[in-house]
Amino acid sequence: MSGTLGANLRVVAALGLRSVKQTFRRPQLMAPIIVFPTLLLAIQTGGAGSAIHLPGFPPVDSFLQFMLAGAMMQSLMLAGNSGGIALAVDIEMGFTDRLFASPISRFTIVLGRLAGTAALGALSAVWFLVVGMIFGAPIEEGVAGALVAIGLVTMSAIAIGGIGAAVALRTGSSSVVQGMFPFVFVVLFLSSAFFPQNLMLEPAKTIADYNPLSFIVDGIRDSIVFGFSSSVMLDAVLSVLGIASFGLLMSAAALRRWVRTGG
Amino acid sequence: MPAIEVEALERVFEGGVRAVQGVDLEVADGEIYGFLGPNGAGKTTMVRMLTTLLLPTAGSARVAGHDVVHEASTVRRSIGVALQEAALDPLMTGRELIRLQATLHGISRAEGKRRGDELLDKVGLIPAADRRVGTYSAGMQRRLDLASALVHEPRVLFLDEPTPGLDPVSRKTIWEEVTELNRGGTTVFLTTQYLEEADQLANRVGIIDDGKLVAEDTPQSLKAEVGLPHLELSLAEEVAERANGVVSRFGKLLPAKDGKVLVELAGGATEVAPVVRALDDSGIAVESLELVQPSLDDVFVAKTGYHLEAEEDDTGEQEVEPT
Repeated sequence: MSGTLGANLRVVAALGLRSVKQTFRRPQLMAPIIVFPTLLLAIQTGGAGSAIHLPGFPPVDSFLQFMLAGAMMQSLMLAGNSGGIALAVDIEMGFTDRLFASPISRFTIVLGRLAGTAALGALSAVWFLVVGMIFGAPIEEGVAGALVAIGLVTMSAIAIGGIGAAVALRTGSSSVVQGMFPFVFVVLFLSSAFFPQNLMLEPAKTIADYNPLSFIVDGIRDSIVFGFSSSVMLDAVLSVLGIASFGLLMSAAALRRWVRTGG
Repeated sequence: MPAIEVEALERVFEGGVRAVQGVDLEVADGEIYGFLGPNGAGKTTMVRMLTTLLLPTAGSARVAGHDVVHEASTVRRSIGVALQEAALDPLMTGRELIRLQATLHGISRAEGKRRGDELLDKVGLIPAADRRVGTYSAGMQRRLDLASALVHEPRVLFLDEPTPGLDPVSRKTIWEEVTELNRGGTTVFLTTQYLEEADQLANRVGIIDDGKLVAEDTPQSLKAEVGLPHLELSLAEEVAERANGVVSRFGKLLPAKDGKVLVELAGGATEVAPVVRALDDSGIAVESLELVQPSLDDVFVAKTGYHLEAEEDDTGEQEVEPT
């Protein structure tokens, strides 16, 4: 490992750790990642549990088992959004100037934030797997399934976090990034996160069929509920890579513009 | 080799706003250079260009011997930066912040810990080092910002408005720390709108107004250039105009300041009594008077045509009142 790479990785780790601590120290950032998805999971599982008896509903042990992947997806998307908000707050209070005035690659600032988002994504995956096990939603594929689910959630958190970071860098406004909050729910409800797409009405069904989030949720759900399917997993990974590429390219472009215009 | 060399530097923002217009300046190694000007004069834009945070639109600048555009990363290794309104994360502790700063500069964990603790001690923040920065007073935050800018022992230190909003004691503490740093060989580029700050700290002062450098020299030379002492007279408002006519016989009238009539007196103290007598003969009562030796404010007036006020409001902001 070259000295520069090592130094940059140290910076990414330090900024990632700061990002995680920041989230734990600011309850309004933690709430959307753990509290809201857990509440929604409890409400939906309690209120719509008999949906699993609908004809065409996937063969699951319980609605909770079906919903776990959706809760993880919601959590990781809100983690990405919260990461973007935190970055925008850094910009607003001038903290990013401190980072930009340091002799580090400027993209490490974005990567540091994404490292924190990834750690929070992994944490939320573990949380929901534990909640599932406690309340009777076992992981069919055991430890391997849990690890795959955690891996997919972590990668997806980085991908979504890239979009949050790009919006933060482009606008420099925490209010604008916060404004993406409702959009998160719209795209989630138009995916297979909370309901099987084969039971949706048009045009929601068609949108969900092509929504990359559906592919990711199906990959997570597969590893928890149905066992691995290589085609489902491939679709999930490709979707994650697609979103990640889009987010990182947007971030890089926003960063270049920032450097050119000084924010 | 100069610590900072600037040639015809310009920054034009979108919409055509020319924040810095063709500035030339040179700061010698080991010097404290005070960059004086009102809000919006271009001080912060200048600092942002010199610290590689903003690209110039024309001209060139070298800091610590390196070009700020083409060798930005090398420049950033050589400089310490404490920007306007300490940019600190209120959720981090002082110790965490200074160690993060060490990591950003590629300093090893053990060395960062040692230097961080040393600097926290130097600025008197060891007892508060494990408290969150959000609980610090403005003065403590400024001291922490200063300490973190020094963690990599920079050759050139940029301080952008280091003391607005601080109480006099904290301000004095910062001044002492800057002076001590400079004694150790650090070049300091200090922007300020406090005349006293520039006068006390700077070896040389540059005055910027509307993006242009309008004067540059040592504070003593600049004051000698404007030369004459002046008399400040407090009078009843309704007689001010009449008083202007009387006192203008003794010297050049200066722009009024805080409602006071100002007149240059070539003879200094010897001419005070004749002025007072002349006013008395005209039936104008003088409420108070003061003979003021030339200050940087006089220099500012001479160069720009208005006063640089240094009155703080509650938020620490200062206002410039054109006269």
